[in-house]
Amino acid sequence: MTHRLQTPFTRQALAPLRAGDEVLLDGVIYTARDAAHARLVQLLEAGAALPFALPGACIYYAGPTPAPPGRVIGAVGPTTAGRMDGFAPRLLEAGLLGMVGKGRRSAQVLAAMRRAGAVYFGYVGGAGALAAARITACQTIAFEDLGSEAVRRLTVKDFPLTVLADAAGGDLYQSGPAAYLAWKNAQKCGENQEV
Amino acid sequence: MRVLHTDEIAAAVAQLCVQANRALPADVAAALAAARRREEWPTAQNALDVMLENLDAAREHCLPICQDTGMACVFIELGQEVALQGPLLSDAVHEGVRRGYEDGYLRKSIVADPLRRTNTGDNTPAQLTLSLVAGDKVRITVAPKGFGSENMSRIAMLPPAAGQAGAEEFILQTVRAGAPNACPPLVVGVGIGGSFDAAPQLAKKALLRPLDVPHPDPRYAEMEQHLLEEINRMGIGPAGYGGGTTALGLAIEAAPTHIAGLPVAVNISCHATRRAQTVL
Repeated sequence: MTHRLQTPFTRQALAPLRAGDEVLLDGVIYTARDAAHARLVQLLEAGAALPFALPGACIYYAGPTPAPPGRVIGAVGPTTAGRMDGFAPRLLEAGLLGMVGKGRRSAQVLAAMRRAGAVYFGYVGGAGALAAARITACQTIAFEDLGSEAVRRLTVKDFPLTVLADAAGGDLYQSGPAAYLAWKNAQKCGENQEV
Repeated sequence: MRVLHTDEIAAAVAQLCVQANRALPADVAAALAAARRREEWPTAQNALDVMLENLDAAREHCLPICQDTGMACVFIELGQEVALQGPLLSDAVHEGVRRGYEDGYLRKSIVADPLRRTNTGDNTPAQLTLSLVAGDKVRITVAPKGFGSENMSRIAMLPPAAGQAGAEEFILQTVRAGAPNACPPLVVGVGIGGSFDAAPQLAKKALLRPLDVPHPDPRYAEMEQHLLEEINRMGIGPAGYGGGTTALGLAIEAAPTHIAGLPVAVNISCHATRRAQTVL
């Protein structure tokens, strides 16, 4: 099923989402990857202000290529989310409600998501040129010295995402392959199943 | 002796960096399209459609296929009848990468030191592999390598008694553990034999072989086919969302090794397995 969502998120808006659902997202998301996460958590620990408000925010694990002349942004697909697993629970405690990336999350992150009512979304990894078309504005707002790893404020329109892990414990990396294998097995056993 | 100025090599490397990042090699693009035609699972069909549309978007907007424009792995086969003139060959290669990544609006993803982690700002140095070959030509291959998949690569120093079955088990284990993070459908490069350092180089070299070219030795060709089928039975699917397409290809390179060892290296690559080549 397809949901329309807008940032900033609320727990209530995210509650109906289930792993495997499709989402069209409008609003603002913030890019941050390895180096930026280390700094965000440092700022949190020091009680300092973050470059953007965390409550209800959505982070995109991504570092774009430079924008060619006349374009808003370069290629900007997701990076592997698992590298941010050590930082994510701290950010979720502080109000983060959405993450966009690719790849499996740790049990600790999935548990922290359940406590926070947060959702982990996916965009197809390696499809960075296509993702760029859904971004209408891009502004670097922090850690400019990190280059591609700086924090950018992206405005997205109809950004097509898949729910990879929901706030109720669903995980598409488990349920997706399991559903396919069950269907394949049923097919092999002669059951006539509609896809 | 044929005289060649290394400025020509720098210019070729720069051009290949851009070309490799903006369009897939014909064999990889064809394998992706063929996988879409075969795939039966709707979620997987959608994910493959996104990957194919992305190739069109990259071409139309002159953008890289993927934002991870990689570490620039450059392979040079230098004919030993070529006399090089000008700057040092390795400097010419780095200069080519610097220019290609700047002029092509590619991402600068290299840090100068693995622990201090300051970005070099121009994607240098390149990862240069140089080999001397017969003749008076220079073959240059640029294969930008993203680290989402590179991070999922592994090596095992197996005992000889593990044999082919042990090697296959390790290869499948590595794919099963790493595939969801590595932007499947994957291209898998396997290196068997050599010394500890040689096996991963063989695995990387295996990734350079076109997907429609099997190993010339029937034993390895059969092993490639068998492993590819096993991987596609795992159900991991495109993007890891489930489906029948987990890998597009698997290539093995083998080399002589020690009586006490059976090194096996698995170099994982993604559906955007990029390489471009020219001969000077």
